[in-house]
Amino acid sequence: MSGGVSWGVGESASGGVREGEGEGVSGVTRAEYCVIACAEAWRGAGEILASPMGLIPSVGARLARHTFAPDLLLTDGEALLVGLDGTVEGWLPYRQHLALVTGGRRHVMMGASQIDRFGNQNISCIGDWAKPTRQLLGVRGAPVNTLNNPTSYWVPRHSRRVFVERVDMVCGVGYDRAAGARHHRIPRVVSDLGVFDFATPDRSMRLASLHPGVSVEQVREATGFGLVVPDEVSRTREPTAGELRLIREVIDPGNTRAREVAG
Amino acid sequence: MTAEEAVARLRSGMTLGIGGWGSRRKPMALVRALLRSEVTDLTVVSYGGPDVGMLAAAGRIRKLVTAFVTLDSIPLEPHYRAARERGAFELTEVDEAMFMWGLHAAANRLPFLPVRAGVGSDVMRVNPGLRTVTSPYEDQETFVAMPALRLDAALVHVNRADRLGNGQYLGPDPYFDDLFCEAADAAYVSCEQVVDTAELTKAAAPQTLLLKRHTVTGVIEAPNGAHFTSCAPDYGRDEAFQRRYASTPWPEFAARFLAGDEQAYRSAVGEES
Repeated sequence: MSGGVSWGVGESASGGVREGEGEGVSGVTRAEYCVIACAEAWRGAGEILASPMGLIPSVGARLARHTFAPDLLLTDGEALLVGLDGTVEGWLPYRQHLALVTGGRRHVMMGASQIDRFGNQNISCIGDWAKPTRQLLGVRGAPVNTLNNPTSYWVPRHSRRVFVERVDMVCGVGYDRAAGARHHRIPRVVSDLGVFDFATPDRSMRLASLHPGVSVEQVREATGFGLVVPDEVSRTREPTAGELRLIREVIDPGNTRAREVAG
Repeated sequence: MTAEEAVARLRSGMTLGIGGWGSRRKPMALVRALLRSEVTDLTVVSYGGPDVGMLAAAGRIRKLVTAFVTLDSIPLEPHYRAARERGAFELTEVDEAMFMWGLHAAANRLPFLPVRAGVGSDVMRVNPGLRTVTSPYEDQETFVAMPALRLDAALVHVNRADRLGNGQYLGPDPYFDDLFCEAADAAYVSCEQVVDTAELTKAAAPQTLLLKRHTVTGVIEAPNGAHFTSCAPDYGRDEAFQRRYASTPWPEFAARFLAGDEQAYRSAVGEES
């Protein structure tokens, strides 16, 4: 777990040249596809806490709560559980938040300064831990999150600096190191290029869907390990007209999402 | 007592717990007093914010126990980061939950508590002294045996307190300040305002009485004592000043704002705005 927007986005390199950037045929922006892809993480999740870290996951969680996951619990980023209009419905100080994690009634979407093919995540430091070249946040709650509740990841700038062969410090535990931990699950990784999961025999990362306007080659180019790519690659689904209206007029009228993902 | 009197009870080499969380309700007036003292070689135990940044930059930390250091609205604490990248101190990096259970263990006089966190992560690699424990029941699950985070002293900041050491928080989150006090041999509590005991519950519910006097050694009245971190509802974080802190080289910041006493600090901050 982690408070507010505090996670390491600082290390993500820009993703290089992209084709098809900007508005697609339907006028849906890349950021809006990312919102849909994040929201889908909480589809049908029931009465659990959604803990989005980062702007677009936050918009996504609220969209899910508005539509296909109406029972989700959301926080104000501090110690209160709030409804979509800000109505306070509960109290969740950090100590109770940490207890809620171990109870499992939560799906967190964390950031990742590095992530590898098995979903090991690093937000602690870059380089040798003993004397890092770049100190980042620290492990925060990634070790407890990954052993206790579903943990997804959000990477706003997909690049070889983030999607690496081996992370420098394992904070969030990946499938190869979870050793069958009974509550370990990484439902999805969402980046500005696509959606990824671990639905493979050896639990290595697979391309689950490409955002419209992105090619498989682009994703391969921006990924530092051999990604599993199925024969038939899906596209991230289109938002409905109602969802677009909610995103643009109700949840994020200030278009903060465009600050996290351009286009 | 005064902040100086509290700090005079601290010794170099102590293990010091600091309350609050990130850049929220940190006992900054006490940290500033500590920076004016000669106390050094500290083991600091903190959900880290600018308390850690300043003490690390000033070279007072021998070892840090933490899960993160952040300024919240500025994710990476620049002075901490610089100190860490030059290898200025030892680090015991544990998970947020491990940290909490370490405080609980200390408060309950237990040597450790089992926690489902850490296994599989590099927390185990960078803390080779960490041990695991296997459930003696049918499930046979293996947990980290998080050792007690016992403290020589704790520093925390709350909204109100009486002279006896009953401390009250009026914001939304108690953080872990009561646990810090319970885990410590001595606890020094700064507060925005010292009030009569009867005043504490005149307008606030008794659940706001977070700190109990039997766990508190000394009370220090320190208005604005969490500045520039937040102290809801008395004041929010001073974001402009935090940006100044984060963007100013440490020697320059220390010379400009920390060379004098708390009154001089307030004056210097006042001149900024």
